[in-house]
Amino acid sequence: MSLVADTSRPVDAVTAAGRAHTDSAAAFVPDKSRAERTASFDVADFPVPSGREEEWRFTPVKKLRGLLETGATGRLRWETVLPEGVTLSTLPAADARALGLLPPQDRAAVVAADVDTVTLLDIPAEAELSEPVRIRLVGDDLEQRVHEHLVVRAGHHAKATVLLAHRGSAQYSQLVSVLTGDASDVTLVSAQRWEDDAIHLAQHDALVGRDATYRHISLTLGGQVVRLNANVRYAGPGGDATLLGVYFADSGQHLEHRSFVDHNTAHCKSHVTYKGALQGDTARTVWVGDALIRAEAEGTDTYELNRNLILTDGARADSVPNLEIETGEIEGAGHASATGRFDDLQLFYLQARGIPEDEAKRLVVRGFFADIIREIPLADLRDEATAAIEHELATTEYAASTTSTSTTLDRTSKEN
Amino acid sequence: MSTLEIKGLTVSVQTEDGPKEILRGVDLTVNSGETHAIMGPNGSGKSTLAYSIAGHPKYTVTGGTVTLDGEDVLAMSVDERARAGLFLAMQYPVEVPGVTVSNFLRTAKTAIDGEAPKLRTWVKDVKQAMNNLRMDPAFAERNVNEGFSGGEKKRHEILQLQLLKPKMAILDETDSGLDIDALRIVSEGVNQAKDETDLGVLLITHYTRILRYIQPDFVHVFVDGRIVEEGGKELADRLEEEGYDRFLTQASA
Repeated sequence: MSLVADTSRPVDAVTAAGRAHTDSAAAFVPDKSRAERTASFDVADFPVPSGREEEWRFTPVKKLRGLLETGATGRLRWETVLPEGVTLSTLPAADARALGLLPPQDRAAVVAADVDTVTLLDIPAEAELSEPVRIRLVGDDLEQRVHEHLVVRAGHHAKATVLLAHRGSAQYSQLVSVLTGDASDVTLVSAQRWEDDAIHLAQHDALVGRDATYRHISLTLGGQVVRLNANVRYAGPGGDATLLGVYFADSGQHLEHRSFVDHNTAHCKSHVTYKGALQGDTARTVWVGDALIRAEAEGTDTYELNRNLILTDGARADSVPNLEIETGEIEGAGHASATGRFDDLQLFYLQARGIPEDEAKRLVVRGFFADIIREIPLADLRDEATAAIEHELATTEYAASTTSTSTTLDRTSKEN
Repeated sequence: MSTLEIKGLTVSVQTEDGPKEILRGVDLTVNSGETHAIMGPNGSGKSTLAYSIAGHPKYTVTGGTVTLDGEDVLAMSVDERARAGLFLAMQYPVEVPGVTVSNFLRTAKTAIDGEAPKLRTWVKDVKQAMNNLRMDPAFAERNVNEGFSGGEKKRHEILQLQLLKPKMAILDETDSGLDIDALRIVSEGVNQAKDETDLGVLLITHYTRILRYIQPDFVHVFVDGRIVEEGGKELADRLEEEGYDRFLTQASA
């Protein structure tokens, strides 16, 4: 009855030199299920990582300074715009945990949660917000070490968009725990527009209610090191989760996005799409997309996709989708990953219509991100994202194009 | 009045066994208002001729000249050739994800003309051209060639031909993969462009059926990288009956 088809398999890591890195992702096979990974609110359960651990091996741990130690030295400045009915309050950490939050899954998250008080954003049941909740989180001092835990709770049938807009300089470790009520519709947008020196480690969890719709959209353009883990579990059947991300790394930036969709309940959906562009010698991006379909999660439909566009020589993108399937009674499961440079056929086609090469490249990059940018439900943020990407591209000195990309497509269809 | 002049053109491509010569000395002159059909068997180098004139980086010109009104086309980049007035309707148009047809057309028109088209007349022109080619208005908001059927791709190529108004158009197997209705619509589109702008056309095809709708003034038989016979429309009729066998025998002899 139950089919165990473990297609966990890292795909490509490609540098601008166009060769696959066999020394990292390609040679790696996970030795255990994602389900066995530690999840706990106890700091002692997570030793400070050395960088050799599976979940830290891509991250420049040395650059994280003291951020993985306990003991915060400051806070970010919060500027909030709350629609009517939405409240922001604080509560003791112990009370917050009693709400049934997903526990931290790495050292950064457990440290972020190691605070006395937790901030609670409450969206009442059946509230349909016409305006988004806007929370601007501003760092004024890179020497400040900040740990924060935010809980976003949306009641049943609530409909809301929450924007977390990160700005300035800080060493920031963050846990955001989203609890979505039955049949609610919640979109969390997290924009990382940090200064070049900021360090941001984040775990954004969602426990998705029965028949609820949840979207997490990350937009990462700034920061020296950003590592954002977006995770999903389901509190009941019928949940539908979409995780989207856009990132653009320049020289000196390490932008890492991880997602873990834990299909622990029957008849839920998940769709994960992250797209990134890289330019500059030391630009570095990482995407790790884990999906686990547990034996009880019959009727699951999931897909993970990552695409990276390498604009200049020297940049490096790692892309690792992992799919574990413990039941054959599913609607579908698959993943795809492709990292490459400009497709010279596309450029030839556009240039053959009179469009100069640089403009053709801008058009291709804009088009590359368009399907995700379009999903940002805030017009001003859509414009801001588009303008920021244009600004990045204005400084690009492009590498030669190539047709070589590496793609993996696996699709498991419903068993007969 | 424009003239595209090709003289002694030789072109090679890089293969695993080193460079391979595909075009072996092509001479051809196309004037405004003229339609030249280039016919030949598969693998004879017809498409290579088209892509070499447009400047595809895969092909290396090893000898000869290509000029448009005396200007050296081979010295121009791909986009400069287009702005000089050359247009290549591709056999396999390329998908450009996330870029809508309307955005693409406006960007191309702006690049070709050196200024943005006047909004009101442009919208009207696009609508009219799409209507003539029996294209649904919703088409303008789809991404370039993404999920287009074969016929839609070819209509989209001819739509560009009509809107960008080049001096010379090279149609690379525009008839391939079209059913008879689509072939008729696409051919009408080409004829209309010819009537409106005195376009010179280099029509590359394997089969004669498109020549029933687009009348050629000259027919050139292309075999093994060069033109082996030239004539008027009657040559196409003869090819229709006899096929290419007699040329192939010659070539291999």
